[in-house]
Amino acid sequence: MPPTLGSNLPGATAPDAIRNFCIIAHIDHGKSTLADRMLQLTEVVDPRLMRAQYLDRMDIERERGITIKSQAVRMPWTIREGERTGEQAVLNMIDTPGHVDFTYEVSRSLAACEGAVLLVDAAQGIEAQTLANLYLAMENNLTVIPVLNKIDLPAAQPEKYAEELAHLIGCQPEDCLRVSGKTGIGVPHLLDEIVRQLPAPVGDASAPARAMIFDSVYDIYRGVVTYVRVIDGRIEARERIKMMSTGAVHELLELGVISPEPVKSQAIGVGEVGYLITGVKDVRQSRVGDTITINNRPAKTALGGYKDPKPMVYSGLYPLDGSDYPDLREALDKLKLNDAALVYEPESSAALGFGFRVGFLGLLHLEIIRERLEREFGLELISTAPNVVYRVIMEDGKEVTVTNPSEYPTGKIGEVHEPTVRATVLTPNDYVGAVMELCQGRRGSLQGMDYLSADRVELRYTMPLGEIIFDFFDQLKSRTKGYASLDYEPSGEQAADLVKVDILLQGEAVDAFSAIVHKEKAYAYGTMIAAKLRELIPRQQFEVPIQAAVGSRVIARETIRAIRKDVLAKCYGGDISRKRKLLEKQKEGKKRMKMVGRVEVPQEAFIAALSTSESPDAKKK
Amino acid sequence: MAQLPDGDPVPDDGSLPAGAHEIAGKRGFGVYLHVPFCASRCGYCDFNTYTPGELGGADIDGYLEAVKRELKLAKETIAPGQVRTVFVGGGTPTMLTPGQLGGLLDEIDKTWGLEKGAEVTTEANPESVTPDSLKQLRRLGFTRISLGMQSAASNVLRILERQHRPGRAPQAATEAREAGFKHVNLDLIYGTPGESKEDFELSLEKATGAGVDHISAYSLIVEDGTRLARQVQKGEIPQPDDDVAADRYLAAEEHLSAKGFQWYEVSNWATSPQAQCQHNLLYWRGGDWWGLGPGAHSHYGGVRWWNVKHPKRYAERLGQGKSPGLAREILTAEQRETEDVLLQTRLREGLDTSTVDVSKVEPGLLEISEGRATLTLRGRLLADAVVRSLLT
Ligand SMILES: Nc1nc2c(ncn2[C@@H]2O[C@H](COP(=O)(O)OP(=O)(O)O)[C@@H](O)[C@H]2O)c(=O)[nH]1
Ligand code: SF4
Ligand SMILES: [Mg+2]
Repeated sequence: MPPTLGSNLPGATAPDAIRNFCIIAHIDHGKSTLADRMLQLTEVVDPRLMRAQYLDRMDIERERGITIKSQAVRMPWTIREGERTGEQAVLNMIDTPGHVDFTYEVSRSLAACEGAVLLVDAAQGIEAQTLANLYLAMENNLTVIPVLNKIDLPAAQPEKYAEELAHLIGCQPEDCLRVSGKTGIGVPHLLDEIVRQLPAPVGDASAPARAMIFDSVYDIYRGVVTYVRVIDGRIEARERIKMMSTGAVHELLELGVISPEPVKSQAIGVGEVGYLITGVKDVRQSRVGDTITINNRPAKTALGGYKDPKPMVYSGLYPLDGSDYPDLREALDKLKLNDAALVYEPESSAALGFGFRVGFLGLLHLEIIRERLEREFGLELISTAPNVVYRVIMEDGKEVTVTNPSEYPTGKIGEVHEPTVRATVLTPNDYVGAVMELCQGRRGSLQGMDYLSADRVELRYTMPLGEIIFDFFDQLKSRTKGYASLDYEPSGEQAADLVKVDILLQGEAVDAFSAIVHKEKAYAYGTMIAAKLRELIPRQQFEVPIQAAVGSRVIARETIRAIRKDVLAKCYGGDISRKRKLLEKQKEGKKRMKMVGRVEVPQEAFIAALSTSESPDAKKK
Repeated sequence: MAQLPDGDPVPDDGSLPAGAHEIAGKRGFGVYLHVPFCASRCGYCDFNTYTPGELGGADIDGYLEAVKRELKLAKETIAPGQVRTVFVGGGTPTMLTPGQLGGLLDEIDKTWGLEKGAEVTTEANPESVTPDSLKQLRRLGFTRISLGMQSAASNVLRILERQHRPGRAPQAATEAREAGFKHVNLDLIYGTPGESKEDFELSLEKATGAGVDHISAYSLIVEDGTRLARQVQKGEIPQPDDDVAADRYLAAEEHLSAKGFQWYEVSNWATSPQAQCQHNLLYWRGGDWWGLGPGAHSHYGGVRWWNVKHPKRYAERLGQGKSPGLAREILTAEQRETEDVLLQTRLREGLDTSTVDVSKVEPGLLEISEGRATLTLRGRLLADAVVRSLLT
C-alpha cells in the first residue's frame, strides 16, 4: 500500500492547511514512541510494516536511545472532535536532535517550525535539556503546546508536573495535554490541538523561492539528501537550484516529501517541508542553515541565521596499530561526508605515532564518532584527553590558535582566551549545595537560580567549556545521585590564567599527556596524572621518575621503582618449551608497547591514563 | 598440574624426522626417568605426580614394565652413543625400592651403556630414605643424591605442606655422605609467604652445615590450579612478593659464597666444578636426552616431545606397542638459537659475545670478559629481562 498523502498534495497545499511542529523532549521522555503513534494514527505507515522507534534509523541511535539526525515526516490529519471537526490539515513533524552538541542543528530545526510540542514525562518532570530547548523554541517565537506523557504509569504525577509546566511557560495547568505514547491515549486529541493551536506558515508565494536547509544527510546510494522548509515561492522538480552562501548551482535530480518513506513530488510550496537531491557527495556542499533559491529567478537576500559549524572540542585519535593509519584516514573521510561539523588533520605524536587531530562539536559528538570508527570500521583507537580551543595572544601581539596542548606557544604570552558556555543545571532542592560546590570548583559563575517547583531548582552558570569536558557530567551525576540534568551552549570566551602542564617520563615530555589547565589546578592535574602513571606503567629495569612540570618548574613527582626480580627460578627439561613460547608471546606483546625514550609504556596505560576519570582506582570505590 | 605445551602429533612408532639424527650427538646424551608417585600432594606442587588414590588402577609393577618397553622403543628410535648422565626425578623416586630403582638403571645400562664415570642422580624424599636404603642405592650405581629440603623452618614447611620434619633433610644428607655419596644436593625454596629473613638464613645455615656440595634455591611460584593458588586467591595466604624474593636471593648468594659455594646457574650453587650437576648442565647446554616415564620430556637433535601424563595411559600406549609421546615440536633453526640464548644466559659460563648483541642489554646486568657475557648479581635477578632484551 503506497503511503496516503490525503487530498492535499505536495506543491498544491494551501499554507493555511499546513502545521509545522517539532517535539521537544528530554532523552527517554518518549519522543520516538509518541512519533510512532502519530505515524499510525495518520495512517502513513502500513500497519504491517510498523515497528517501534520507526524514525530512528541509525543503529547507534537506536541502541543509545538518542536522535542524531533529524527527520521530517508529512502526515495528513483530519480533525476528529470538537469545533472544526472534519477540517483537513497537513502536519510536518520535524524531529530535532536531542543533545547539546547539536544546538545549532536544533535551532535550525526549530526555525523550520511554527510550533513545538513540549513533551514531559509525567513521572519525571522537566529536565535541563528540555528547558534549554524550550528556551530556544521561545527565542524562535514558536507556539508551545505543553504535553505530559506516560500518564499510564502508576508513578505518573500529572497534577504536580502540570503545575511546574504551567509555571514555566505561563499558562494554566489545565492547558497541559495528557497522553500516553505507549497506549495511544490522548494522541488524537493532541493532533487536533496541533491543528487548532499552532499558526499556519506565512510566506510570499509569488516571491523568488527561498528554502532553508535544516538537515543534510549523506546516503551511499543517493548522495546527499537535503531537507528544506520553503519560506517563500516554490521549488519545482528539474529546476536548477542555487546555494546562497556559496553561489554553487546544482541540477535538481529529485524532489519530494517524507511520509515517512520518500515520495517524489512535482513541487513544494510556501510552508512545506521536503527533501531534495542534487547529486552532491558531501554534506559540506549542502549545509544546514543555508538558503536555497532557484537559479533562473534567484532571491536577493538569504534567510538569516546561517552559521558555519565550529568545532568546540579537539582530541587526537591514533590507531592502536600504527599500520591502521590509512584505514583511519579513509574512515574519517567517509564519516565526513555526512557530518559537516567533523574536521581533522593529520598530526603525529612522539608517544602515539601517526594519527589525526579531530575537532568535534562537543563530547557526545566525539563519543559518537569514536564509537562509529570502532564499530563500523573495525578500528582500535587511542584518543587523547579532549581539549578546547585556546586563543593565545603573545606579548608581541601575534595570535596563536591552539587546538593541541603540545603546540602551546613557548614564547612570552600576553593573554589566553578560553571558550565559555552558559550551563543550565536542574536539580532537586537537596543537592543545590553539592551542585554549587562543584560548579564553583570548576570556575563557574552563578548567573541565576529559579525554583521550578517547591523541590526543583534551576541553576544557571557561566563556565569555561574546558572545565565541563573534563569529567563534569560524571561528577554532577555522582554528587546528585543521578538526579541533576545538564545542558549548555557556547557563550563566547574569556581571558583566563592558564598554563600548560607537561608530563615527563625520565625527563622526556610525553606529548600525549600535556594539558592546558587553570593555574590553580596545575598542581592537582600534575599529581593526578603522575600518580595514575605510577600505577599504570610496569616497573622497568631502571628507576623511572615521573614529573609534572609547568615550563621548567617541576610541580609534582612520582617514581616507578626499578624492578628487582624478573627471572623464573626453574628451567629444566619441560620448562624449556614453555619458556620459549612465553618469550615468543612477549615479543608479540612488545609490539603493543610504546617507547618513551627507554621506557616501555603499554598502550593500555595510555588509554587508562587518558581517560577522564580522576584516578585509576576511582572506579573501584 | 602444569599445562603441557601444544605441539604436533607424535607418530605411533615414535620415529623422529631424519634431520634430528644429523643435528643430534654434538652436546652429550643423558637419560631422565620420571617416577610419578607421591604419598601425598604438597600444596604448592604442580608436578606430574599421583597419590595412590589418583592412579586409577595403574600400579608400580605396570609402571616398571612400561618403562622397560619405552626403553626398547627408544633403542629402536635413536643411536646416541653412551649415556653420560642419568637423573631420576619425580614425584618421589624413593616410592620405588632401591632394588626397583637399581633394576631400571640396569636396563638403561643394558640399552646404551653408561659412560665410565657417568653421573647417576636420584631425587629422594628425606623421610623415605634410611642409612640402609642409601647404602643400597650407592651400591647399585647411584653417584649423586638430591634431597628436597625446602626449608628448616617448620612454619614454612607447614605452608608448603611438606611431610618431613624440619631437621630431617640435613640429617638425611649426612647419612647419604656416610653411605658413600660424594655428591649430595639439598633443594631450598625461598619467598614462601610467612617466611622471615631469619627463617631463610636458618635454612641456609642448616643446609651448608650438612656438608653437602650442591645447593639449589628456588623462589616459590604459585602455580595455577594448586591448592596454594586457591588459598592465595581466597586471601588465606598472601601472594609471594618479588621484592622479598629478590632480598632472599641476595641473602642466598651472600651466605653460600661465604661457605665456599659458587653459582653456576641462576638457581644452582656448587662447591667445585665436579660438584655441578652434569645432567642439568646438559639441559642448559642444549644436549640430547631421552625422558622415560609418564609426562617426561625429551630432546633429541632439535626435536622436543613429551609423553602422555597419566601412568595408566602411559602403560596402555606402550602395551599397545605405541609410542607414549603425546606431542612434539620440531624446532626451526631460529627457535634453536632462541633456546640457546635463553638457556645459556642462565649459566655462569654465559654467552659467546659474538653470537649476541650485548649492547641491547641495560648496563650493569652483564659482565663481559674473554669473549663471554655473564650475568652480574643484579643481572641474575633480571635474567628473563636480559633474555628479552637480547632476543627482541
Ligand atoms: N509506560 C510508558 N512508557 C513509555 C511511554 N512512552 C515511551 N515510553 C517508554 O520510555 C522509554 C523511552 O521512550 P522513547 O520513545 O525512546 O524516548 P525518546 O528518547 O524521547 O525518543 C521507552 O522504554 C518507551 O517504551 C508511555 O507513554 N508510557
Ligand atoms: S613430594 Fe615433590 S613431587 Fe611429590 S607432591 Fe610434594 S612437591 Fe610434589
Ligand atoms: Mg528517541
